[in-house]
Amino acid sequence: MNVHDLDPVILSLITFTPLAGAILLLFLPRRDREIRWFSLGISLLAFVASLHLPVHFHRAEPGFQFELDKAWIPTPNIHYHLGVDGVSLWLAVLTTFLTPLCVLISWRSVNERVKEFFILLLVLETALIGVFVSLDLFLFYFFWEATLIPMALLIGMYGHGRKIYAAVKFFLYTMIASMFMLAAILWLYAKTGTFDFIALQRAAQAGQIPDFPSAAGWLFLGFFVAFAVKVPLFPFHTWLPDAHVEAPTAGSVLLAGVLLKMGTYGMLRFNLGLFPLQARANAGWISVLALIGIIYGALVAMIQPNLKKLIAYSSVSHLGFVVLGIFSFTAAGLSGATFVMLAHGVSTGGLFMLAGLLYERRHTYEIREYGGLATPMPVYSATFMVLMLASVGLPLLNGFIGEFLVLSGAFQSRPLFGILGATGVIWSACYLLWMYQRVFFGQVRNAVNAGLLDIDGRERTALWPTAVAALVMGVAPLLWLNSIEPSIHSMLVPFTQVASKVVGQ
Amino acid sequence: MCLRFHILITAITAVVILMSYEYMATQQIRAGEYYSLILLGAVGMCLMSSAVELVLIFIALEISSISTYVLAGFRRRAAISSEASVKYFLLGSFATAFFLYGVALMFGATGSTGISVIAQSLRAGNTSTLAFAGIALMFVGLGFKVAAAPFHIWTPDVYEGAPAPVVALMSTGPKAAVFAVLLRVLFEINAPGRLGLIWVTAALSMTLGNLSALVQHNVKRLLAYSSIAHAGYLMMAYAALPANGIPAVMFYTATYAAMNVGAFAIVSHLAGAGERYVTIEDYAGLGRRSPLLAAALSIFLLSLIGIPMTGGFFAKFYVFSAAFQNSLTGLVIIGVLNSAIGAYYYLRLLVVMYMKEGGQEIPIAPTPLALHAALAISIAATLYLGILPGRVIEFASRSVRDLTQ
Repeated sequence: MNVHDLDPVILSLITFTPLAGAILLLFLPRRDREIRWFSLGISLLAFVASLHLPVHFHRAEPGFQFELDKAWIPTPNIHYHLGVDGVSLWLAVLTTFLTPLCVLISWRSVNERVKEFFILLLVLETALIGVFVSLDLFLFYFFWEATLIPMALLIGMYGHGRKIYAAVKFFLYTMIASMFMLAAILWLYAKTGTFDFIALQRAAQAGQIPDFPSAAGWLFLGFFVAFAVKVPLFPFHTWLPDAHVEAPTAGSVLLAGVLLKMGTYGMLRFNLGLFPLQARANAGWISVLALIGIIYGALVAMIQPNLKKLIAYSSVSHLGFVVLGIFSFTAAGLSGATFVMLAHGVSTGGLFMLAGLLYERRHTYEIREYGGLATPMPVYSATFMVLMLASVGLPLLNGFIGEFLVLSGAFQSRPLFGILGATGVIWSACYLLWMYQRVFFGQVRNAVNAGLLDIDGRERTALWPTAVAALVMGVAPLLWLNSIEPSIHSMLVPFTQVASKVVGQ
Repeated sequence: MCLRFHILITAITAVVILMSYEYMATQQIRAGEYYSLILLGAVGMCLMSSAVELVLIFIALEISSISTYVLAGFRRRAAISSEASVKYFLLGSFATAFFLYGVALMFGATGSTGISVIAQSLRAGNTSTLAFAGIALMFVGLGFKVAAAPFHIWTPDVYEGAPAPVVALMSTGPKAAVFAVLLRVLFEINAPGRLGLIWVTAALSMTLGNLSALVQHNVKRLLAYSSIAHAGYLMMAYAALPANGIPAVMFYTATYAAMNVGAFAIVSHLAGAGERYVTIEDYAGLGRRSPLLAAALSIFLLSLIGIPMTGGFFAKFYVFSAAFQNSLTGLVIIGVLNSAIGAYYYLRLLVVMYMKEGGQEIPIAPTPLALHAALAISIAATLYLGILPGRVIEFASRSVRDLTQ
């Protein structure tokens, strides 16, 4: 059989493999060991299947590939329309890459209601992949909302501390914000009779949607609010630290690694794709919010006494870079933003796993409880350092490439924004290195820490893929960028047209 | 159109009877007339949804109402149940009087009580004040029956006092029938000035229902306010154009019936003898102690919130998009904001079930076969409407022709 026969169905296969696994899990007996192995097998299967995408992706082509378009519901006209371009391709692969690691990292830390945990995790994986591969707005919204329940349950059932507060806050913030997106989607459907992204984009560009010019500003905002809460963009970020601190490790990894990218991906695909004029008109204040997020997130991260909260605020700061890059409307800015999304997913996912391992051993995230951990846990410390430096943006690791591109894009559009954004890189070095010093260097101050076990084989298997990925992405970014860039260029076509019109006048 | 409503009403009745067996046993109520009253009510509802003559509609309305008045007081030993019955009876009679008055005025204005004759007469340009007053009065009477604000005051008390399976019935069956009548009165007659009436009622019902539900501790009262809110969402569809509004109404009534009957089936099972365990706190730890019941209730609650994959999502979806197509942007925004508020109180119940451990745990009786069947039907309907709504909405769309020649 020719592998290309798989092309039309591969996306459905990747998306629904975890769900099928979750349904099978429902019927398996409650034997924890077998359930863990089974979930690992299913998530690895999804990962292997997803490798088909980068291998057979035609890198030079900008459009959507591996498309499948089938009518699902006749009224309203909903299609089961899947497809990926260079941006969503990698986000889908990022999801399948992180999930097996999440299974591994939860191997021993989840002891109660194990079956439900892995069912939720696999359902969440399906929903996350679905968000990135849907080309029908309805289907997109469907998966978008579907991520909400498993994630809220993971936080509320397996978290610690104020887990219920965190879960409800997470749920309500995203739910309320996405209602506005639903209203905007419904408006578009009421006027055009289609949910298809490509058809809508074409109709919007050709000016075939009635009342579009007067409503587009509001529609842009409807989409934008839903995405901004998810990113989270300052001042909608307050749910994030709570959710992260109380979430179980696997929840944090997927939350930071993938869930937040749903927001930035949505801005890239829908805010820019459907409303280029409004995106340009609103870019000013959005970039300012992104800059506030970068600097404010970093400053708050610096004073956090809690390790996980520190990483959470660093996410606010890093995602600020992504938004800044997207709303610079330059090729470098957009490619950089996409690259930061991937790099942040890998490195912050890794950092959350590391924090989780420490919690398993000591049941606290307080930085002052630690100190001098490099002596009892050398391998752990070395891994931590690689991922921490990747997050700082050290050249040759993955954080650098993306942030560099974003900043060069921001300079091209507005030099001042570039300068302010660049300070964010310095801040991130400050808080991460300082944190590293307090946790790992010096003498072991707390006697309990002297006897801590270094990471074992399973934990290494979970961690090292992220470290290796951080290194490979830093050394050979072109492997990713050469498929991202053609898609970015095609996204920017309406913007260059607008720019040339302005110049022409 | 009547065929579709008959299917719905008989299905609701069947499921309610299935869940009543166990309830009657635990409450130690021995009463053969209970079942005959339910069936009598079902006759009234079916008649109501197929009648095309206002006096016949009135008679059908009375048949179904009288059976529910009696059923509401069936927990004879509980004072709260008798109170519910009397309250429902007094206010309900008032409302039917309004309806009858409206019918009389309509007769005065058009010289007929047949829906099609009235419709012709109005279409021919007879838009007298009398006709408008007739419509408004009928609307008041019917609005009372579907618990739409500002005629909703009776709902929480009656729902709290009446036996849980009866609440399951009266929050779905008679409502579905009255919504069918409203389709005739508002769409087929093409009532003059209906838009303003509906706009206000819909907005008020959604907002009052959801805001009041936020502070409830009793699950039955919570679901009562939620049913007021859902009546509000449903009302929105009447403000839309017939081609989109009619299927939206029918889809919503079917979905609401599936999820609400299902939720009440679980409430009545957990309530125990004398309906002692009906506060939200009583549900603590249900997710651990009875995973199947908790999972079933979660599906119904998620559907009531309107999460994708459940019928509740498409129900809201059709209503909102129908309203959008008639450019009722303001009403849609109120609806969208209300769905967000609504999410909170359903979520509270979910949170208690899965994330809290109970101080004193309520006894959970083993689930009998009939209840399993009732739940299976409700879950299957809720999920079917949520995943493959196409065929049902298609089926419902065929009624558009019956109502708008």
